[in-house]
Amino acid sequence: MSFVDVIWLIVRKDLRVELRSREILYTTLFFALSIVLVFSFSFVRAGVAVEDAAAGILWVAIAFSGTLALGRAFERERQNETLRGLLMSPAERPALYLAKLIGVLILLFAVELLVVPLVALLFQAPLFLYPFYFAGLLITGTIGFCAVGTLFAAMLGRARSRDVLLPILLYPITVPVIIAGVRGTAALLQADADLPIARAWLSMLVFFDVVFITLALWTFEAVMTE
Amino acid sequence: MNKLFSPLLIVIAAMFAFAPFLIGGAPYESTMGLVQKIFYFHFSAWMGMFAAAAACGWGSAVYLFKRRKSADHLAVAGAELVVVFGIIGLITGPLWGRKAWGVWWTWDGRATTALVMWLIFVSYLLLRRFGGPGSERLAAAVGLFGMFNVPFVYWSVNLWRTLHPKTTVVPSLPVSMGTPLWFSTAAFLGLFALLMALRRRLEERRADLETLHLALEE
Amino acid sequence: MKRLLLVLMLALCGTGAFAQQPTKPANEGFLPVDESAKKEEIPAAPLVMTGYAVAWIAIFIYVWSIWQRLGKTEREIADLNRRLAAGGRRS
Repeated sequence: MSFVDVIWLIVRKDLRVELRSREILYTTLFFALSIVLVFSFSFVRAGVAVEDAAAGILWVAIAFSGTLALGRAFERERQNETLRGLLMSPAERPALYLAKLIGVLILLFAVELLVVPLVALLFQAPLFLYPFYFAGLLITGTIGFCAVGTLFAAMLGRARSRDVLLPILLYPITVPVIIAGVRGTAALLQADADLPIARAWLSMLVFFDVVFITLALWTFEAVMTE
Repeated sequence: MNKLFSPLLIVIAAMFAFAPFLIGGAPYESTMGLVQKIFYFHFSAWMGMFAAAAACGWGSAVYLFKRRKSADHLAVAGAELVVVFGIIGLITGPLWGRKAWGVWWTWDGRATTALVMWLIFVSYLLLRRFGGPGSERLAAAVGLFGMFNVPFVYWSVNLWRTLHPKTTVVPSLPVSMGTPLWFSTAAFLGLFALLMALRRRLEERRADLETLHLALEE
Repeated sequence: MKRLLLVLMLALCGTGAFAQQPTKPANEGFLPVDESAKKEEIPAAPLVMTGYAVAWIAIFIYVWSIWQRLGKTEREIADLNRRLAAGGRRS
């Protein structure tokens, strides 16, 4: 079985399981919407949002709901010891990591598909004015966040206090992703969109993704074996 | 314990005894006056923190791939020292900033980077403390990721904002300020080495205890 | 081991006693910091003293914490050794 076949097999399996109940999808989506709402109350005054609030709220929603999705996805694995089963299979570890990453990404992109238009609507934010830049930021940012998150969630699999440890570990390390996402999006939302800055943030995100996916692939085996 | 420990202890103690003379004798900086003297310990504490972070990163990498217990001891000792020296830096910074810039915290580039790195190592320690068995390995991954993150954090926070004295400050210091600065830094780095040795000794003894427990249960 | 720790702590204490009075301000200095905030009359001396105090206290607390933990571990090791020597099989 080729490398790509293994990945595809696992992704398909995860999607099939998820589509049966859609539990993670619905709960994550609703959670993201709640976040947007709660933060809107914090940052909107007399019907007008604080400057850059839209960008900030969007990325906070992605980060928080992403953490939730990651936790839930691996909790499901843990409950049936299926991760251990996968690890014992002859499947290459990098394939496992990538398959898990792709699975979580699909989920988060689905959530973003709904949250982004909502934020655009609530804050009259012209998020689609520069669609390629914005999509670039969104995709690379989500990938960066999930690249680190997938590794951490997997390694915390059977650790004690894993529910609270995942956010504790994940947020400080993904600070650059959040900063880049928010500032990049804010640059696009400005009245006079600052494209060079958005490009700079986009480049950083691409670089971050490459470095950290590589790092995760490199350490996945070492971290997961007893 | 290591034969170098006692002489090093004496040297470092002497350096710390001498430092106030050097610092007191250094000239006042023209606009900030007395409060700038915090700088000598502030800068030195950061140097100590970098050294500790490097130690933790290195130890984490070696432990993750070679499973050498001593590397893990190095990593956890380094992480604790990052937190200790970091606290010193993070408190002396705002104290200085309050007088020099008028506000306690301004989200300045370098200060924020330091804060984020400090948080990463606090999370490392929390993982080790509350993660249950096997958390040394997981923490090693966090340490390694933290190390690789340094340039990204620095770059992104800097593009976000900056107010710090430019890096050119240190080379352009007059000799009268340079000497107490490098002296304090050397003293702090020496202190770092001492504390590192102490902390690693603790880890080694804990490992010995583990072995004894296992031996007893046979 | 513990004696060495004691010496370290006393040495750090001793340096405090030797703190010197600052000399008259000189007119040289490095590039001034970018001053974007208003200038208030905040006395500098308490800030400086707090800064140095924080450094000392943090180091003291840390050394003390290592001392405590080391003592506890050594006691447990001694205890286990005794038990092993006394014919060691735990039922």
